[in-house]
Amino acid sequence: MDKIGVYLCSGCGIGDVVDLAKAAKVATGEYKVPVCKTHAALCGDEGTAMIRADIQAAGLDAVVVAACSARAMSDAFQFGGTHVERANFREHLAWCHAAGDEDTDMLAEDYMRMAVVRAQKTEPLTPFALPEGTFCKDVLVVGGGLVGLTAALAAAKAGSAVRLVEKEAALGGWMAAQYKEIPEAPPYKDLEDVKIGALIERVTAEKNITLHLGNTIAKTDGAPGYYTVTLSGGETFTTGAIVLATGATAYDVAKVAATGYGTSLNIITRDQLEAMAKAGAIVQPSTGKKPEPMRVVFVQCAGSRDKDHLAYCSAECCRITLKQARYVKEQYPAAEIYVLYKDLRAFGQHENFYTAVLDDGGVTFTKADVKSVTADGDTLTVVADDVLVGDELTIEADLVVLANGMVPSTVDTKANPVLNLGYRLGTDLPDTRYGFPDSEFICFPYETRRTAIYAAGAVRQPMDPLMAADDAYGAALKAIQAMDLISQGMAVHPRALDLSYPDFGLMRCTQCKRCTEECPFGALDEDVKGTPMPNPTRCRRCGICMGACPERIVSFKNYNVNMVSAMIKAIEIPEEDEEKPRVLCLICENDAYPALDLAGMNKMTYSAFVRFVPVRCLGSVNVIWINDSLASGFDGILLIGCKHGDDYQCHFVKGSELAGKRMENVSEKLKQLALEPERVQIHEVALTDYARIPEIIDGFMATIDKIGMNPFKGM
Amino acid sequence: VCAAKPEHDSVLVIGGGISGMTAAIEAAEAGREVYLVEKEPYLGGRVARLHQYFPKNCPPSCGLEINYQRIKKNPRLHVLTDTAVRKIEGAAGNFAVTVRTAPQVITEKCTACGDCLPACTAEVPSAFNLGMSTTKAVGIPTGMAFPFRYHLEAGALDAAGLAAIAAACKYGAVDTAAAEKVATLAVGAIVVATGWTPYDAGKLASLGHGSVPDVVTNVQLERMASANGPTGGKIVRRSNGEPVKSVAFVQCAGSRDKNHLSYCSAVCCMASFKQARYVLAQDEAAEVAIFYIDRRTQGRLEDYLQGLEGNPKVKMVKGKVADVLVNPATGRLQVNSEATLLGELKGKEFDLVVLATGMVPNGLDAETATSPATDEWGFLVPGTPGIYPVGCAKRPVDVSTANQDATGTALRAMTLA
Repeated sequence: MDKIGVYLCSGCGIGDVVDLAKAAKVATGEYKVPVCKTHAALCGDEGTAMIRADIQAAGLDAVVVAACSARAMSDAFQFGGTHVERANFREHLAWCHAAGDEDTDMLAEDYMRMAVVRAQKTEPLTPFALPEGTFCKDVLVVGGGLVGLTAALAAAKAGSAVRLVEKEAALGGWMAAQYKEIPEAPPYKDLEDVKIGALIERVTAEKNITLHLGNTIAKTDGAPGYYTVTLSGGETFTTGAIVLATGATAYDVAKVAATGYGTSLNIITRDQLEAMAKAGAIVQPSTGKKPEPMRVVFVQCAGSRDKDHLAYCSAECCRITLKQARYVKEQYPAAEIYVLYKDLRAFGQHENFYTAVLDDGGVTFTKADVKSVTADGDTLTVVADDVLVGDELTIEADLVVLANGMVPSTVDTKANPVLNLGYRLGTDLPDTRYGFPDSEFICFPYETRRTAIYAAGAVRQPMDPLMAADDAYGAALKAIQAMDLISQGMAVHPRALDLSYPDFGLMRCTQCKRCTEECPFGALDEDVKGTPMPNPTRCRRCGICMGACPERIVSFKNYNVNMVSAMIKAIEIPEEDEEKPRVLCLICENDAYPALDLAGMNKMTYSAFVRFVPVRCLGSVNVIWINDSLASGFDGILLIGCKHGDDYQCHFVKGSELAGKRMENVSEKLKQLALEPERVQIHEVALTDYARIPEIIDGFMATIDKIGMNPFKGM
Repeated sequence: VCAAKPEHDSVLVIGGGISGMTAAIEAAEAGREVYLVEKEPYLGGRVARLHQYFPKNCPPSCGLEINYQRIKKNPRLHVLTDTAVRKIEGAAGNFAVTVRTAPQVITEKCTACGDCLPACTAEVPSAFNLGMSTTKAVGIPTGMAFPFRYHLEAGALDAAGLAAIAAACKYGAVDTAAAEKVATLAVGAIVVATGWTPYDAGKLASLGHGSVPDVVTNVQLERMASANGPTGGKIVRRSNGEPVKSVAFVQCAGSRDKNHLSYCSAVCCMASFKQARYVLAQDEAAEVAIFYIDRRTQGRLEDYLQGLEGNPKVKMVKGKVADVLVNPATGRLQVNSEATLLGELKGKEFDLVVLATGMVPNGLDAETATSPATDEWGFLVPGTPGIYPVGCAKRPVDVSTANQDATGTALRAMTLA
């Protein structure tokens, strides 16, 4: 941007603390900006009208607003297509530094320099577009069970052309094998008939849905908006987004010795009981007879909540047992039924179902650890520890039903790939725990690591059919939304609507493969030589590739290595004898920047020797910035980003973790240069940790004080 | 599904807590015009009042910040706070919804500079802190609040008080003559995300809430654990302000109980396990006892339970708590259950008792002929064309499930499914 107007606000105490005339002089003197004005309330109607008039009159293509945080007054400081650069003179300056202080004024001057340089280096954005006519917004649904059918219908009703691929010859999956469903509607007490038949009819009749039965995915090449899918049957088609709804399989209870599974025909799984009930009569399998009274023991958590088998809970087995106990009772009113459980889990309104089964009578619920199930002829003996009483319990039974859990169909995609993606980083969605593909599952349950591919239902996490159907809608929405955004060249979550995207200057690429390995979203493939092959429609715009690249060939039009280097170089470094150290602090704009705002709002004070540069993600920090800073005389560099590890809070999955690794290398390099490794530090803060910010900064300043100024200063 | 083409494809979301916020943002990012109406002055509802989410023990403000950024960047999303829905007319595809915005004495011109604070002398109970502290009648609950401007508690200042804050404001952001505004929104679909209210622990007389200061509810404990809460993030005995060394959690306090809430609120087990970690994070030598009927940590949340099992500082005992009494000799609390009468916790006394109370659905409080049906407890039942209950208005759910439901509900509303 060339024609930059600079506007300083003296309101909210800024003018009382900062000598704005000095900061204005930087803009007009050093950068010769054509317009520079100060106003007492820039965000007010008068202030914004003044800016608007100048944009018109002077033909400004960017404005620098030196006022409050970019997070405040975002509506007021919007001027159509004119680029707006915010310099945080309030929360990061006036509200946390001493008034009338030379160091505060120098900080303001540097923030002005950085903002003007940033505005200068920003280029207008042109959205990424695929070649005319090649964008496909169709949705592929993989899996034709309850979730796949629901997602396909939901997407089709929203206007998408949908292809549904099911490996079996018939639709319906696990649900179609059910005899009854658990109660899903008030009063949450009565068994429901299986409703999937009607759903299959609607899907079959829907003209927007093309069915591919008896097929699996042999190959998925391409990227969102232009996937080329090859089916096992050889057919190929193009699609834009994918819903993965391949469900789960039952855990192999033969692995759980205590269940006795395999030693008697009368020890069966919940699915086997369901099949028997659906086929007609429930009988004792070994005799084919109906013992009276029928004695049934349900063993809950058969292999579940067990670190040797499935560590997790499969969420629906308790209620499936309630359902099965209910229909066993319907066939055998005098049945003697035991349910041996760890914790009986009938959450929400489903408690009513549990209460109803208790009220029916004839079912004894005991918190117990099952030790063994043995057979003597047709009769089974279950031995268990009664946890509450502390006694051993021995129960004779005609039938033992094992409530075994679910294993996601993606449990071993190395051996059994599902999507067969042609991505450098693997054939399928990355796993989290236990083979479930997922990422950030609290705030953003569909924050997938493979753009425009959304898992739904039991493949995503253990869930009951009611929740699974909701999940199908959620994934369908995300698929449609991704297509809508990507077709406009926009990013999807968390930078939704962002029009920037990385450009790769491949002429200078050295095929080091760091970018292709480190992209958390698998956006980059590579050719045989190892040169990255960008797929902008997979990209989430975090800039991790930009941080990774030692040749600095990756850049966004509004965020790039040169821009930040220029901002760093614009900061004035006082001579060593002035005893004014300078610290560069690169902060993640997602959490660390607002945490600094909160520190300001709480009027916390810290050293005015630190210059904050917000970055998209710590993962986008290129080591050259550290080198540049040390070369230009900075005494130390701090990086503040999000928590990493298992409970990571990084919005780009592993940006802060990667930054940590890169800084380890920097530390080695510092030692080679005979510089103290403590000069470069990385810290994690959560947004709520704002009170720690002064502590971190002042602690770092004390370290610099101790080790002394950068010996390269002024060289 | 509508027979005729709907008149409007915009979506109204009632309730700006996590479910409503997610539904609104997802629909807007999918290209729809969306109105998000919240009756409180700020978005965030219950989650803004939580210290941390389970199972990551991460602050809600992290996700809220992202959501607020998404709202700010999206021109299709219109947020109306301090606004209640009064009337719903019409039918799916063509609703006319009357909304009333309370008088905005503090206007959008407010910069949150704080100059009015010294001029305001009136104190009111803090709604953000659930009445556990007082605050100035004008102010902003946290630096994370959205919208980021001050709010004046209705009726808290007389004419002189109003004049004083108006005089203190340099930005003309105090409108002493502000009147309520009534508007009609034409929308095609309505998402009801009105959320929940904690069950009134005062009805659980034997458990001491209201009469024994050291008996608090789980939502109160969240405020105590929060750095921006009434105790600055310290979990203390409310009777004397001393740090807690031993805490008892009473699960199903009023839940799974025919005399109170007969359902399970689905989140309280995880909430207490999380809060047990707050207690231990504050003082690793503290002791925690959890009295439960069943520990309901479904799915992968089981890992969280396993992470506490075997911790010698955390005792989990099955059994319903009969009552909570103060030992007059020690001032500490006796929690009576089988375990404390006979079992491993015999004679044990506690500094603080936390009641894991459940959720009461808020329902849809608006004049309408097309209200969704409710179940026996007031949860909204899906099935009314064009009106889509979501999150805890529909069933008790945790934050993750609410977000999942809200995302799918956005599509149901967009397609009138």
